[in-house]
Amino acid sequence: MIQIHCPYCGETLPELEFAYAGEAHIERPLSPSEQSDEQWAEFLFLRENVKGPHFERWRHLHGCGRFFNAVRNTITDRFYITYKAGEPRPDLATLLEEDK
Amino acid sequence: MSKHISSLAPSVVVDTAAARVAVSQLIGRISLRARGDLAAVGNAIGVALPTKIGTCAKADGIEVACLGPDEWTLLVSLNQIEKVEDALAALYPSLPHSMTEVTGREVTFTIEGPQAVDLLSIATPRDIASIKVGEARRTLFDGATVVLWRDAETSFRMDVWNSFAPFLATTLETGAKELAAELA
Repeated sequence: MIQIHCPYCGETLPELEFAYAGEAHIERPLSPSEQSDEQWAEFLFLRENVKGPHFERWRHLHGCGRFFNAVRNTITDRFYITYKAGEPRPDLATLLEEDK
Repeated sequence: MSKHISSLAPSVVVDTAAARVAVSQLIGRISLRARGDLAAVGNAIGVALPTKIGTCAKADGIEVACLGPDEWTLLVSLNQIEKVEDALAALYPSLPHSMTEVTGREVTFTIEGPQAVDLLSIATPRDIASIKVGEARRTLFDGATVVLWRDAETSFRMDVWNSFAPFLATTLETGAKELAAELA
């Protein structure tokens, strides 16, 4: 079973307590009415579908209930880092270097 | 109050050499969400809010567990709950927060006995040993979200939503009997 570190609880817990919540760092446009249909469709539906390190959201559903962000390798399921929602996107090259 | 919705009456679910499971007496419950001046909340309810997730605080007739960064659950004796509600309601103008009385939402199982930890581990993915005595956690038990309080090494309380309670009682009963059968 995958163990996931919750940045709010400060504990590393089994994945069963968590729920996946899609790609991270997707910003809702501030004024949707000024978006073209293409731009809006891109915001709503188009995702990176990364093979490898992926920035994604998780929720500690059966725990503190918070959403947080993680970088997970979609091939190996390895979590490089988890960090609180609202924190800046960590530098991927540094993460991969630290993981070696 | 919403207390009349509770489904299971206080009773012993199972009592074996391994563990004893019982449905507790009715107790008042409040779900509290707040940010900002937590000291003011502490003064109002008479017990300082713990801020580390999983830690608890206790005072006369009231028990608080921190479930999330801005979320607490309060167990209050029935004769004090209106007083606590009024004290929190008086804070609304100065400190907007969310206080919901959820007495009828949950029932509490007490689980104790030499193999209480083994009994819980049959349906909890997390390591029970990571919950220290005097702490509480919201976690998963047999597919349902529960709040697990550890009162002593082998004594726990589990707050369960009503709709899951009969199902979880059956799981606990089966587990306690199996563990007792291994002892025999």
